[in-house]
Amino acid sequence: MKLQEYTESRHNFEECMKCTVCTAYCPVLQVNPLYPGPKQAGPDGERLRLKDPWFFNYALKYCMNCKRCEVACPSGVRVADLIQSARIRYDHTKPKLRDRILASTDLMGKLTRPVAPVVNGVTGLKIAKSAMDAMLKIDHRRTFPKYSGRSFEAWLRSHEKEQAAFPKQVAYFHGCYVNYNHPDLGKDLVKVLNALGVGVQLLDHEKCCGIAMITNGMSEQATRHAVHNIAVLKKAVVDKGLTVVTTSSSCTLTLREEYPNLLGVDNSAVHDSLLMATRYIYERLEAGAKFRFRTDFHKKIAYHVPCHMERLGWSIFSERLLRMIPGVEFTLLDSACCGIAGTYGFKKENYEASQAVGEPLFEQIRSVNPDIVACDCETCKWQIEMSTGYSVINPISILAQALAE
Amino acid sequence: MRFDTVIIGGGLAGLVSGISLQQAGQQTAIISTGQNALHFFSGSFESMQEVPKRTLDLFAGAGIRVHYNPGVRLTPLGTFREAALSLEDTSLFPTPRFADKILIVSFAGYLDFFTSFLAEGLEKQGMSCRICVLNLPELEKLEQGPSEVRSVQIARTMDRIWEKVVQEIRALLRDEDTVILPQVFGLQDISVPGRIRQGVPARVVFAGTMPPSVPGIRTQMLLKQRLRVLGGTYLMGDEATRANIVDGKVHSIVTRNLGSHCLEADNFILATGSYFSKGLKTNPFSIFEPVFGLDVEYDEDRNRWYDPAFANDQPYMNYGVRTDAALHGLHKGKPIGNLFVAGSILGNTRPDLGSGAGLAIRSAQVAVDQILSL
Repeated sequence: MKLQEYTESRHNFEECMKCTVCTAYCPVLQVNPLYPGPKQAGPDGERLRLKDPWFFNYALKYCMNCKRCEVACPSGVRVADLIQSARIRYDHTKPKLRDRILASTDLMGKLTRPVAPVVNGVTGLKIAKSAMDAMLKIDHRRTFPKYSGRSFEAWLRSHEKEQAAFPKQVAYFHGCYVNYNHPDLGKDLVKVLNALGVGVQLLDHEKCCGIAMITNGMSEQATRHAVHNIAVLKKAVVDKGLTVVTTSSSCTLTLREEYPNLLGVDNSAVHDSLLMATRYIYERLEAGAKFRFRTDFHKKIAYHVPCHMERLGWSIFSERLLRMIPGVEFTLLDSACCGIAGTYGFKKENYEASQAVGEPLFEQIRSVNPDIVACDCETCKWQIEMSTGYSVINPISILAQALAE
Repeated sequence: MRFDTVIIGGGLAGLVSGISLQQAGQQTAIISTGQNALHFFSGSFESMQEVPKRTLDLFAGAGIRVHYNPGVRLTPLGTFREAALSLEDTSLFPTPRFADKILIVSFAGYLDFFTSFLAEGLEKQGMSCRICVLNLPELEKLEQGPSEVRSVQIARTMDRIWEKVVQEIRALLRDEDTVILPQVFGLQDISVPGRIRQGVPARVVFAGTMPPSVPGIRTQMLLKQRLRVLGGTYLMGDEATRANIVDGKVHSIVTRNLGSHCLEADNFILATGSYFSKGLKTNPFSIFEPVFGLDVEYDEDRNRWYDPAFANDQPYMNYGVRTDAALHGLHKGKPIGNLFVAGSILGNTRPDLGSGAGLAIRSAQVAVDQILSL
């Protein structure tokens, strides 16, 4: 008798016992009184919206989709999924130009690449920031990510042959950030995997995972990206039998969880083969592979668990790899949201809330006073670097630095 | 990934086990599906007739301030219940008649603190009560929002403005010897309840609120911190989905988030709680334990699971997982040698008697002793 299987509600919302535990862990509710909170916006609201879409509340846009409500829920309700699904289903307002710009991370990357130094110069200028603030409502206090002149894809293509020579192979979903802003992270991954005898391949033309599109009211575009990405991931996983590794916790969560849960795109053929590189590497080491570390690497490292990493439940792998490096003094920071939530914190109306959410984390980082903050998320990196002045480095790059030549 | 002991369940039983084992030099991991019963904690660890020194040491090590005074505590409904070991901010009295004149203070907009119930109960005991509601501009900001004002939101504000509350109470006090406040103080800064007691020229009693429990959340944060400082691993938001059992022993645990990456250990503790946290699950025909499929003690006749009179003792609350005397879980009547069961999944915990916390601590310590003596 499998009665329960037939009574399962969408995102488990009927499992909600009204215990209010999620409201204690929502970072937005702590700073923004306009937000109804995860319980009301999620399962409580869903009950009403099912009766009449009129009950949809536009204040749901204040949800950062950090998923901390889901991690806290004792009853297995996918609270954040409920909120984001409601936005997809009921919010038909056209996204603003600003939101379309912020969400189109790969289009912006392609457009700016040929003129990267100019763009980097301009977005750093006070006058340009004021203009973007006035015209687009992108907050002038933000620091913008820099664009790179040469894409990671172009770099890896020029090393295709030597990578193919390695006995073991993985495919790499690098994401927009590595491709357009920070190819060095991708190069570090190649270095680390090569040290384990693993070669790195590109996918057959990945697109942006679409996470920023989902939260910016562009779910149709996001779905198109999802369908495309699952097709190219299948080529790697099903046809070639490869594992696909990633270096961004948010891209990973999107590919693994948001595609089926929010966009209704089936990823079951590739789901279990999509791994954060830190998990893949840890498993290689457990199977007997060995790193040769430098003996003169001495760093005090504080590790920040990004919200989407917390939801994936995989921070343990990054933590263990960092602790493994000789000469590392490791601190695990309290699990707390940094406040940026992708494009959320770039918006003028969210700037204050974004900084207030992150303050306890910033304070803890200042009191630990590490040499490096380690973190698997690029937007956390921008936020923490801008707000604390400490440099934030992906665990993969730290590994690359610590390896003996 | 390999540990000495893997604990399934991150509530009081799981945390006490994890901390004790880490202190003894073991490497442990706790798997926790969401938050736990500490979020509904009364402030008293009931059904602890005696308190071993190591329990007090464990709390002291985590920075949790407790006191031990067998007597009664005040419930949120104005009734009294026996209690002994409690958090320092939960008052214990030798008898229910603990004052003559009481000032009950609440905050405008806060609906989860029932002042009139309290007053009625206290007046029954012969104490006179006056209720005052404070209007604080800092809380008005919370009220403007569409969300309800909950204990935790108030507590975050109170950590900042508690001195102002003390001033207001001083101004309100007439000839009362006791002030009752909702237990919304000291969420982050644990010194606040004590400092309020110093600042008010009357006895201050903190009374429980509707959930989430502020002292409970504080207690769980401190226990989790302690576990982390000792080097333990806490896998938050993950769920044990099944166990690999080889030759009558647990070999490893499969979790939802880690999938094919199993968690191996020498010993395992099952502390997943009762129905609310899905340590026990039901369908129309049976009550079962979902991770190991352990034997569960319950009545075959479903009609006897519950008493139709809602307020009566409900038989289903007494159901739980079967174990041997050493708390090994039983599977088809046979003990699983390296699996120990702790906390309210054992059954016979009665929320109406508030016995969950005491059972959690005592059974966790039994499990820990067995593991360390192996």
